[in-house]
Amino acid sequence: MGAACAHALARAGARVTVVESRFPGAGATAAGMGHVVVMDDSPAQLALTRRSRDLWHGLAADLPAEAEWRRTGTLWVAADDDEMAEAARKRDLLAAADVEARLVDAAELAAAEPRLRAGLAGGLLVPGDAVVYPPPVAAWLLAAAERAGATLIRDATVVVVAGAGLGAGSVRLADGRMIVGDAVVVAAGTATPRLVPGVPLRPRKGHLVITDRVPGFVTHQLIELAYVKRAHDVETDSVAFNVQPRATGQLLVGSSRQVDVDSREIDPVILRAMLDRCTAYMPELAHVPAIRTWTGLRAATPDGLPLVGPWPGMPGVWLATGHEGLGITTALGTAELVAHGVCGTDTPLDPRPFLPARCGRAEEVSHA
Amino acid sequence: MGEEANCRDVDVLVIGAGPAGIAAACAAAEAGRCVAVIDDNPAAGGQIWRGGPAKAGPESTRWFERLAASGAIVHASASVIEVLHPDARPPRVRTRSPAGVVEWRSRGIVLATGGRERFLPFPGWTLPGVVGAGGLQALVKQGLDVRGRRVVVAGTGPLLLAVAELLVAKGATVAAVAEQAPLGRLVRFAASLVLHPGKLLQAASIRRTIGPVLRAGTFPVAVRAHDGGLAVTLASATRGRERHDDIACDLLACGFGLVPNVDVARACGCDVRRGAVAVDDVGGTTVPGVWAAGECTGIGGLDKSLAEGRVAGLAAAGRAAEAAGFVADLRRWRRFAAALDRTFVLDRRLARLAADDTVVCRCEDVTAGRLRCHRSWREAKLMTRIGMGPCQGRVCGPAAEVLLGWSPEDVRPPYAPTPLGDLA
Amino acid sequence: MPDQARDGLVRLTIDGAVVESAAGTSVAVAVLNRGGLAAWRLRTSVTGSSRGPLCGMGICFECRATVDGRPHERTCQLPVRSGMEVRTDG
Repeated sequence: MGAACAHALARAGARVTVVESRFPGAGATAAGMGHVVVMDDSPAQLALTRRSRDLWHGLAADLPAEAEWRRTGTLWVAADDDEMAEAARKRDLLAAADVEARLVDAAELAAAEPRLRAGLAGGLLVPGDAVVYPPPVAAWLLAAAERAGATLIRDATVVVVAGAGLGAGSVRLADGRMIVGDAVVVAAGTATPRLVPGVPLRPRKGHLVITDRVPGFVTHQLIELAYVKRAHDVETDSVAFNVQPRATGQLLVGSSRQVDVDSREIDPVILRAMLDRCTAYMPELAHVPAIRTWTGLRAATPDGLPLVGPWPGMPGVWLATGHEGLGITTALGTAELVAHGVCGTDTPLDPRPFLPARCGRAEEVSHA
Repeated sequence: MGEEANCRDVDVLVIGAGPAGIAAACAAAEAGRCVAVIDDNPAAGGQIWRGGPAKAGPESTRWFERLAASGAIVHASASVIEVLHPDARPPRVRTRSPAGVVEWRSRGIVLATGGRERFLPFPGWTLPGVVGAGGLQALVKQGLDVRGRRVVVAGTGPLLLAVAELLVAKGATVAAVAEQAPLGRLVRFAASLVLHPGKLLQAASIRRTIGPVLRAGTFPVAVRAHDGGLAVTLASATRGRERHDDIACDLLACGFGLVPNVDVARACGCDVRRGAVAVDDVGGTTVPGVWAAGECTGIGGLDKSLAEGRVAGLAAAGRAAEAAGFVADLRRWRRFAAALDRTFVLDRRLARLAADDTVVCRCEDVTAGRLRCHRSWREAKLMTRIGMGPCQGRVCGPAAEVLLGWSPEDVRPPYAPTPLGDLA
Repeated sequence: MPDQARDGLVRLTIDGAVVESAAGTSVAVAVLNRGGLAAWRLRTSVTGSSRGPLCGMGICFECRATVDGRPHERTCQLPVRSGMEVRTDG
C-alpha cells in the first residue's frame, strides 16, 4: 500500500520520503493471498476494486518474474440454488460495471475444476481476476519510486506523526530524527491507530496454509459464494473455502477471520475449521501435503470500506489503510486516490465514500 | 477428512530415539514412569545407531536390550507436526505416523532431537551423487551397496572419519578424506583424546585405515560430472601455496559439521542460544516440564548424548537428586563438545566457494547471486523464496548463516509436511 | 507374512521395472542400488536439474518420489514393502 502510494506520488512530481520499519513488503503484504479481485459488497467497493484491477492489468507486463502475476480468474462456487441466485445477482452487478463475468452451471463447473465435489450448483467465473505474489511488487514499486526521486529509509520506525511539537506533515522517528513535509501518508495497517489516535481499525486475523507442489490441481482462484456473507459479519469468527493456485504449482489455502485477535500464533481450532470447510468443497485436498502455516492481520473498519484521505483534526495527515482483505487488490486504486488528493488534482474515482471524515467522532478524538 | 487425533497420556514423552533419547527413556522408565519415545525413522537408533542392534554394533546392543526391557514404548515413523497449547506445561505434542495422528499429553518432555549435517554450497554440489557425509553413512546403513565404489569424503568433523571407516568396511574405496581443519588443530585434538580413552582407541583404529588418505587443511571447491562419475577439485588451505587436485570418483560424501535440531524446542517455547537448546546442568530447558539432551543441546558425540540422556530422563521422571549425582560426569563430555567446536571451526574460504550461479536453496533453486543483495534472511525469504520449500530452511539456513551471516527464522508448523486433512 | 518373500527380499516396482531389495532397506536405497550414477537421479528440481538424496535422514527432501500414488514421499524414510510402486522423476 505504502509502496504504491509512494510510487504514484513520486510520479506525480511530489518529493517523497518513505519510512519503512523493516523492509518493503515485510508486513501484511507478505502474509496475504495476493488475490486481485473485483468485489461488489457495495458500489464504492466495486468501483475501487474495479479501477484498481484495471491498473494492475496495466502494470502486469512490467512486473518482475518474482511477482508471479497470473490471470487465473476467480471462480465463485455456488453450493445450492440460493447461492446460484447470489451468483446471478453478482453477475448483473459486475456486468453493469463493465466487469466480465459469466455464470457456469454444474457441468461446466465440474469441467473447469474437476476436483470440486459433486453436487455443487455451479458458479460465477470472473476471468479478469488475477493472483500475484506481493512482496517483490512492493520492492519493485519502491525501486521505481526511488528512480522517480523518492527516498527510502528502511529499518526506521515512525513514533510520532504530526503531534505536539511537530509541524503538520512531519514525523519523528524512533532514533530521534525528524522528517518535515507538507503531508504524511500513513499506510501502516493495523499499526495505524498507534500513530494516529482514534482511527477506527480493528485487527481481523487470518490463517493461511501453503502446500507442496501439485501442479494442475486447481486452475482458478476458488471461493465459496457464502464467503461474502461470512466475511461481512464483523463480530463473529468465520472460515470460508478459498483456494488459490500459485505459479509454482503450490496451493494457497484459506481463509479465516477472527475479530480483535492480534496474536500471531496458529489457532488449531480455527485452522481445523477452515481446512474442514475446504475439504468439504474439495475432498482430495485432504491428501495434499501442507508445508507451512502462518497468520496475518487485516485492518478492518466499521463499515468495511478503507480509510483513504485526510484525517480530520490532524492537518497534513492522510490515511491509506483499513483495506481488510483487499489491500493488494486496491493498492493501486488507493494510491491513485492519495496522489490526486495530496496534489489537489481530480481522480477518476469518487473519493467521498472512503474519506476518513465519514467516521464521525474522528474530529473529537484526535484533539487529545 | 481430518482424522481425529488419538489422545495419549504418558508420564514422560521422549522426542527422538537416538542414543540420547534411548538413555533418557531407559532412565525414566526404570524409575517407574510410563514412557513413550517417538522418532521419525522407521526404527530406533537415530543416526549413529541407525538400523537397530543388528547393524549398529555391539556397543549399542546393550542399550537396545535395556530399552526393550525398560517398558518404554517406541513409536517409530512418527513425526512431530505441531506443538499445541505452548502455554501448557509441558506443551502437548501432535505427531503423525502411518497409523494416524496422536496428541501426546505428558508430565514431562525430553527433547532428544539430535543434529543434522551442515551443507555448504560450492559449484556442482547439487549433482546427483554428491551426498552428505552423514547422508552417505545413513544410506549405507539403510542398505546402500557401495562395494567397489570410489568415494571422496570431504568437509569437517570426526564424522568424516567414521564415514570413511564404514565405507571401507563395506567394500568401498576411499580415495581421499578432505578435512578442512588444519593438521595442527587435528593433532592437538587427537592429543586431547588421551582424556577420553575410549575415543583414543577409536581414533587409533581409524588412523590405521584412513590415515593414508587423510588430507588436512583441504576442502572441495568444485565437483563436476566426469566420465560417468564425478570429478572433485580439492583445494589445500596452505597459505601462499593453494594447490588444486582433481580426483575422479563415483560419489562425493561431503558435510561440514553438525547443527542441533531445535525446531521442536522452539515450538515448545524453549530458549535457544548459539543455535542449541539452552539447558541447565540437569538438562532443564527454560520451559518447565521440558528437558533436552544430546546433540540438540550442542554437538558433542555419543558419550555426551548418553550422559545427558540419563540425566534428563531422571530429571523428567522426578528424580532430581539422582540426576544431580551424574552432573559431574556430564561436564567431561561438555568439555569434549567444546573441544570439538574449537577444532573444527570453519575456514573462512568456505563461505566464498559458492559462485553467483551456485544453488543455495535446493528446494526453490535460489542461487547465491540472488541472495547477496538482501540484508536479512527474512527479506531474502520473501523476495527470493529461500526457505519457503518443504525443508523450510533446514538445509539452506545453516548455509546462509555461513555465507551471509544471517540468522534463519524459526521453522513454522507443521514441522514435517502433513496432509491437510491431518493438520490441527 | 506377506510383507517379504521367504528369502528376505522384497519385490517392488521402480519406474515400471521390478526390483528386489532386502527387507529393511529404504525405498531410496532400493532406487540407488539399481546401480550407476544415473540411479541417483530421483527428482527434478524446480528449474529442471536432476537431484538425488543428500541428507539420508529426511530433512533435505531431495529424495522425494511418488510412492503408491502419493507424491512427495521422502524415500529415505520409507522401508520397502512388497508390491510398492515407486515413480521417480529425475
